[in-house]
Amino acid sequence: MSVMDQQSGMFNVQQTVGSVLCCKCGVPMPPNAANMCVNCLRSEVDITEGLQKSIQIFYCPECGCYLQPPKTWIKAQWESKELLTFCIKRLKNLNKVKLKNAEFVWTEPHSKRIKVKITVQAEVLNGAVLEQSYPVEYTVRDNLCESCSRFQANPDQWVASVQLRQHVSHRRTFFYLEQLILRHDAASRAIRITQVDQGIDFFFGNKSHANSFVEFLRKVVPIEYRQDQQLVSHDVKSSLYNYKYTYSVKICPVCREDLVCLPSKVASGLGNLGPLVVCTKVSDNITLLDPRTLRCAFLDARQYWRSGFRSALTSRQLVKYFVFDVEAPVGEATVGGQKYALSYVQIARESDIGKMFYVQTHLGHILKPGDQALGYDIYGANVNDNEMEKYRLSVKNGLPEAILIKKCYDEQRERKQRKTRNWKIKSLPMEMDDSRGGRADPEKTDKEYEEFLRDLEENPELRFNISLYKNKEYQASETGSMTDGEGAPTVPIEELLADLDLSEDEEEEDMDE
Amino acid sequence: MATRLQFENNCDIGVFSKLTNAYCLVAIGGSENFYSAFETELADAIPIVKTSIDGTRIIGRLCAGNKNGLLVPHTTNDQELQHLRNSLPDSVVVQRIEERLSALGNCIACNDHVALAHTDLDKETEEIIADVLGVEVFRQTIAGNILVGSYCALSNHGGIVHPHTSVEDLDELSTLLQVPLVAGTVNRGCEVIGAGMTVNDWTAFCGTDTTATELSVMDSIFKLREARPTSIVEEMRKSLIDTYA
Repeated sequence: MSVMDQQSGMFNVQQTVGSVLCCKCGVPMPPNAANMCVNCLRSEVDITEGLQKSIQIFYCPECGCYLQPPKTWIKAQWESKELLTFCIKRLKNLNKVKLKNAEFVWTEPHSKRIKVKITVQAEVLNGAVLEQSYPVEYTVRDNLCESCSRFQANPDQWVASVQLRQHVSHRRTFFYLEQLILRHDAASRAIRITQVDQGIDFFFGNKSHANSFVEFLRKVVPIEYRQDQQLVSHDVKSSLYNYKYTYSVKICPVCREDLVCLPSKVASGLGNLGPLVVCTKVSDNITLLDPRTLRCAFLDARQYWRSGFRSALTSRQLVKYFVFDVEAPVGEATVGGQKYALSYVQIARESDIGKMFYVQTHLGHILKPGDQALGYDIYGANVNDNEMEKYRLSVKNGLPEAILIKKCYDEQRERKQRKTRNWKIKSLPMEMDDSRGGRADPEKTDKEYEEFLRDLEENPELRFNISLYKNKEYQASETGSMTDGEGAPTVPIEELLADLDLSEDEEEEDMDE
Repeated sequence: MATRLQFENNCDIGVFSKLTNAYCLVAIGGSENFYSAFETELADAIPIVKTSIDGTRIIGRLCAGNKNGLLVPHTTNDQELQHLRNSLPDSVVVQRIEERLSALGNCIACNDHVALAHTDLDKETEEIIADVLGVEVFRQTIAGNILVGSYCALSNHGGIVHPHTSVEDLDELSTLLQVPLVAGTVNRGCEVIGAGMTVNDWTAFCGTDTTATELSVMDSIFKLREARPTSIVEEMRKSLIDTYA
């Protein structure tokens, strides 16, 4: 200050503020606009006059939300920032004074009272600004919010349902779908999931949730669906209609490893693909492989449902074969990332070793003499398929006696004697619906599940979209099972995810493939 | 002891009255209570004159005076001037001055020995003040305000100034005026002291809003507890001075 004075040439005396006596209580204080000490000023003027000091708020004990009238429910934790903002918003007249600070005062959680200490600032008398803090008490009243009360009244209340069906005799597709849904969290908004005879029912609270679920399904499996609605209630005065929506979703019945005899139209449409084809992969389109020419074709959902052919033989009818001799491959091809080699093999059925067959197979790259393989026994099977019959009659050489589908690892599995796997998978929370007289055979289901797990082990591409978790109960077997040549296929450990455990001593190593 | 009273429900006593050691002027038109309050206090010591200046009642702010004289603005009527000359004792010189700033009570704060004047007062007026009132005139401001008459109340024993006066200013004024000064308020925190109260050497009058604290401050600075008529005090002072001389 003094340097400035010297520069400007002015002589400014330093002004010290004196002290006067407060006109009310006589305590010495620096002079202010009102010439009263703060306490006297506070006793004179109450700036919190006219402000709300107690107010009622509504709380839903089911979902923990607070009501902001007229209709919004805001989710907030006890003594959280959101709750503080909400409480302040509920106060009227707070715009007349300036809000400086607000904080919670501790109250018993079950006292149903929330206390907030608010500090406000306002101008009083002749320009003096006064700050005052006062408590506001909120009485919390319990009131179920609309959605909770609707849920309480009828817990099975759903607005939209998706009925997923596949008319085949096994549940493999559903096991796989279950894993996919878990991985992508597609059914997180489902109220209920029920397992029925040939499918699964999903119930949603919202039509848009069901819609998004159906869209998800469309991306992963070839489906055909239709949507229907049923009128539940009707408000005449406001013309509001309440419906229940149902999506009937049909998954295409052709599965992996099925043998299909294509109708002539479809075969010619696909470029004269040999009518006998093997389905190798089903995602949002179906991959069909002709085992004789090693040619592949893709059919998407629309194309499939136009013709709607069914499989001639399914994986139920797979028969075990012994492979005696494998000749050198005559042709090789890589289709869709998979290598195939065409070669002639000598095989015989396990049940009838005497009868040998000399057939062509596309598995020349993995079969060796002495192996076991699974395939369809067309020679001995009684196939109930029109197309197959037509083809049998039309072709002069006759149908191939057998078509091998995959290599069989049963022997190696027996040798290992390993009861537990080093990985495990989760499952959806499904209810069993026996009300419709379903013939659910638990033994059959278990066997199918075991086969599904084996399938996962054998096929890395199947594991692509699935989350596998490390099994903590697994112990490596002491016997070096790797020494006896080729072991049964296992899931490499790099592909396993550690199951998320929120206890403090577990490290979270998330090793994704 | 200071007295609390009101003029027509208004606490600004210094506006409607002017009190000096030799006389007291009060405004007309108020209730007789106002008048009688002065009478009770001042009894037969000094004359109490009811007057108006330029037909208005705000006489306290329009005129300035002490025991030696009274200065009235140029707006005063001849009748009022004559009335004043007749009613006041002969020792008091009543002078009408031609001054642009006609609210002399706001511009001049004086006691019997020294006066503070508005900084923009004419040179002539300053000389007249020195002459008529027999005082030494200092042009000053109080807490940055040029209306010195409004923001301080002065007597021969002490004075109260605007509460926002800094310590340095207070010291300076005190040295000039040769009396102890204190920064204070009157009428419940009102800063316009000169308009809120009127004082002479042995008594003071202020509005009813004045708090006990303010009263005690007044009593202590103007030394009103030992209230006695002027003559006795003067005698005491003369004897004291003789001793020191």
